[in-house]
Amino acid sequence: MTAQASYIALSYWDVAASALFLFVAGVLTVVLKLGMARSLAITAARMVAQLLAIGFVLKFIFSATNGWVTLAAATVMMTFAAREVLNRQERQLAGWWRFGLGPSAMILTGAIALIYALTLLLQPDPWFSPRYALPLFGMILGNSMNGVSLGLNEITRAIVREKAAIEARLLLGMTRWEALRPFAARALRTGMTPIMNAMAASGVISLPGMMTGQILSGVPPVEAVKYQLMIMFLIGGVVGLGVLAAVFASIARLTDCRHRLRPDRLAE
Amino acid sequence: MLRTENLSRPWLEPVSIRLPEGRIGVVMGRSGSGKTLLARAIVDLDPNEGEVWWKDVRRSAVSAPEWRRMVGYVPAESGWWADRVGEHFDGGGGDVPALLEAVAMPADALEWPVSRLSSGERQRLALARALARRPEVLILDEPTSALDEATKESVEALLLRKREEGMTLLVITHDPGQAERLGDLFWRIEKGRVEAVS
Repeated sequence: MTAQASYIALSYWDVAASALFLFVAGVLTVVLKLGMARSLAITAARMVAQLLAIGFVLKFIFSATNGWVTLAAATVMMTFAAREVLNRQERQLAGWWRFGLGPSAMILTGAIALIYALTLLLQPDPWFSPRYALPLFGMILGNSMNGVSLGLNEITRAIVREKAAIEARLLLGMTRWEALRPFAARALRTGMTPIMNAMAASGVISLPGMMTGQILSGVPPVEAVKYQLMIMFLIGGVVGLGVLAAVFASIARLTDCRHRLRPDRLAE
Repeated sequence: MLRTENLSRPWLEPVSIRLPEGRIGVVMGRSGSGKTLLARAIVDLDPNEGEVWWKDVRRSAVSAPEWRRMVGYVPAESGWWADRVGEHFDGGGGDVPALLEAVAMPADALEWPVSRLSSGERQRLALARALARRPEVLILDEPTSALDEATKESVEALLLRKREEGMTLLVITHDPGQAERLGDLFWRIEKGRVEAVS
C-alpha cells in the first residue's frame, strides 16, 4: 500500500507520554481519597501487558504466513468467543447442545463470511494471509458474539418466563413456529440492536475505530470509508444470520414435533 | 366420544376414560392430585404415553395443532401475550361480542389493557377466547375459581348452554356443588390415579 509514506511511527516515549492524563487522573483520585488508584493502575498495566503480548504474537503470526498458524490463531479466538456466549446465558441448554447451538451459529456464519470476504473481495495473496484474515475475523466474531448471546438469552428467557403465554397460543391451535413468532421477533431485535445502533451512528456521532486507525496511518479517507462499509456490511450480515440461526435452532430444540414447549431441555 | 387409552405420564397412572359426545364430564380431586396433568396430557402439552380418540380421530394420526383445534383446553391461569385484550381474539372467528356478554364482560373489554384485568376477568376472557375458536371438546381447569357467585352462575349457565349445543366438556373442579350442577359423568383423581364415580 502506497499510503505508508504518510504514516507517523510512534516511539515508546510517545506512548508513555500519552499516559500523562491518565496518570494525573490517578494522582487526583489518591489526593481526593477516592480509592480507585490501585485498580486504575492494575487495569492500565494489564492493558499494556495484553496489547504488547498480542503485538508480539501477531508479529510472529504475520511473519509465518502459514495457513495452519492462521487457523490455530482463529481457533483460539473462536474458543474465547464461544466461552463468552455461554457465560452470558442466564439459562443454558442441557448437555452438548449448549456448545452445539449458540457458538456454532456464531462460528459458522462468521467463518463463511470471512472466507467469502477473503477469497472474493479482498483477495490477498495467499488468501488466508493472517494480516487480513485475523483482524477481519476478530471484528466479525466480536460483534457476532454480542448479537448471538443477546438473542439466545432473550429466546431462552421467553421460553421459561412466558411459558403460559406461549402455551396459550399453542392451545389455540398454532404451530410452534406461529406460537413463538412474537418472541422470536423480540429476540432477533434484541440481538440486532447493537449493530443497528453502530450502523446508524457511524460517521455522524462517532467515527468507527478501524476507519480512524486507517486515516491516522495515512490511508485516504474515502478508501478508509470503503473498508469500513465492507466491514459493516459483513458484520451486519453475520450478526443477522447468526442471531436468526441461533434463535430458530433454540426454538427447534426447546419445542418438539408435537408442538410442545420443552423447557426441560434447559440445564438446571 | 372422547376416549383415552392408558394415557399416562410421570405422576399420572394410566388413565382410560370415556366421555360421550355432548356431555359434561367432571374430574374432582384435591390440589396436587394430578388434575392439571391429566388435562395437559389429553391436549398433548407434555410428553405422555398412550392414546386419545375424539370420535374416530386418533390423536397420534393428526398434527398437534389440528388436535388442539378440536380439543381445546383452558388452564386455571391462562397466558396473555399482547398488551390489549382484543389482540388475543384476532383470527379466532366466532361471535366475540356475544361470547363476552355470555361471560358477563362488557363489549368494550376488547379495548382494555391486559395489565388492568383482575384474575376473575382473565378467567372469563380466557374462556371466551377458547370458545371463539369453536372447539368440539373443551377441557376447563377450575373455570370459576376466581369468580364471585353471580358471575360463577352465568359461566355455569354458559357451559350448560354449550352442552345443549352439542359441545363436549370436561370440567376439573374441587367444588362439589359445581360438580353436581354441571356433571353428567364423574371421575375422582387421587395421587395421579383416576377412578370413575358412579
